[in-house]
Amino acid sequence: MISVELAVIGGGPAGLCAALSAAKSGAKVLIIDKNKNLGGQLIKQTHMFFGSEKQYASTRGIDIPDILINELDKYKDKVEIITEATAVGMYEDGIITVLEKEENYFKLSSKAVVVATGAYEKALSFPNNDLPGIYGAGAVQTLMNVHGVKPGNKVLMVGAGNIGLIVSYQLMQAGVEVKAILDAAPKIGGYLVHASKIRRMGIPILVSHTVKEAIGKESLEKAVICEVDEKFNPITGTEKVFDVDVMCISVGLTPLNELLSMRGCEMKYIPQLSGIVPVRNENYETTVENLFVAGDSAGVEEASAAMVEGFLAGLCAAAKIGYRPKDFSERKNDYINQLKNLRSGPAGKHILAGIGQVSGR
Amino acid sequence: MFEKTGIPSAEMIMEKFPSIERINQGAVAVVECYKEIPCNPCQTACKFDAIKVGEDINAIPKVYSENCTGCALCLSKCPGLAIMVVDGSKSLDKIEVKIPYEFLPLPTEGQIVKGLNREGRHITDVRVLKVLNPKSYDRTPVVTIEVDRKFLYEIRNIESEA
Repeated sequence: MISVELAVIGGGPAGLCAALSAAKSGAKVLIIDKNKNLGGQLIKQTHMFFGSEKQYASTRGIDIPDILINELDKYKDKVEIITEATAVGMYEDGIITVLEKEENYFKLSSKAVVVATGAYEKALSFPNNDLPGIYGAGAVQTLMNVHGVKPGNKVLMVGAGNIGLIVSYQLMQAGVEVKAILDAAPKIGGYLVHASKIRRMGIPILVSHTVKEAIGKESLEKAVICEVDEKFNPITGTEKVFDVDVMCISVGLTPLNELLSMRGCEMKYIPQLSGIVPVRNENYETTVENLFVAGDSAGVEEASAAMVEGFLAGLCAAAKIGYRPKDFSERKNDYINQLKNLRSGPAGKHILAGIGQVSGR
Repeated sequence: MFEKTGIPSAEMIMEKFPSIERINQGAVAVVECYKEIPCNPCQTACKFDAIKVGEDINAIPKVYSENCTGCALCLSKCPGLAIMVVDGSKSLDKIEVKIPYEFLPLPTEGQIVKGLNREGRHITDVRVLKVLNPKSYDRTPVVTIEVDRKFLYEIRNIESEA
């Protein structure tokens, strides 16, 4: 059994910021991450981030982990990191079980926990959706931006949210032809600046379209798409065929937080936050005392919000176990104001509506 | 339509352009940010108070073209690559346009490349005047092109071939 003051599960944007914030307050922190490298999805985000200076706006996502890890380095004596380690369970007595490198299985006890496990990709059902060549957008980014491997030559992008738009742009940067981007919704879901920059590369964006079927023997050869009506029913006779060897599915994310359910946190299904999320107070503490949540596992949003949530949860978790810095209120108000700012526009409306339904205590 | 296609209408584009008199005086930024998103690096980047987003970072940036020097610092800082600089002071029949361009191969000075409109359609050929890619631009090079004046409101992109 390992005993720590604060355990942070997940070393993505939210987890790194939570660890940094808590260490800055003086708490001893252990970060557990299942991957080899810290940074979560940031390590694939070659584009510049939105937000304001405090959330590293205009900095490329791939450069943010280094900034945060260098910051963490200042608190070396307070921060321990275990990578390639998955938290597989969180029990009623607060014990977390961890599997490290698939061989070392150990128990972890802590005074407080921040769960920052992120999200996973939603799938789309259509005939032959298991053909090789049909990827999730995350896999395409991993191949291309982490390993430098082209996923294929001709791509149909399914989903015009921010991820679909950004990955299309990155595919084009990698020299891969993107035939079209489609989305079942009647409007482009992602930021329109992203849509415009792809459109001016000549890539058509087809809203009110869905995938009818995938065709191929050994792997994807053709994709058949069709228009949908306002109730998302396919309209017959509107089929279009694309000769593509890759279909990239980017139809949204859903929070990954089974550890919280297992531990007994009160959970709610909130469509605006993209799935089942924990009830929490304004400090991001769940209904289980000293158990905090941050980032996409609390509800799917942009990475900028995930980082601020991490800073807030880390600050409050540390305070809860005796590390309440002199400037606690100042820092807390700053983080709360940053979140307010990020969510105050039209893009944040549904997020606020979702959060309104899970703000307990 | 914009929200279905990603292509702004002619009216939307005209609203973002300063007057032709201003363009003819010298380089000036055109910020094609049409929808509120939480983002303000353009304001942070500008050293001349020529772009203001304000307290609410969701507000649409406002350009004060009288303050703008056309320095193009904001071009490589805008995460949406939504900004370009136009300059009508150099010649009567041509304009110079600076655009961010994040693709390889980078064009070279003097090269003739395809000029594309906001749909990605090839509308004219343009001459590359300058390619700037210093470290401070953080991998968003800025390309200056010379374009026929009649395409002032249409030109938005280039396609550079190896």
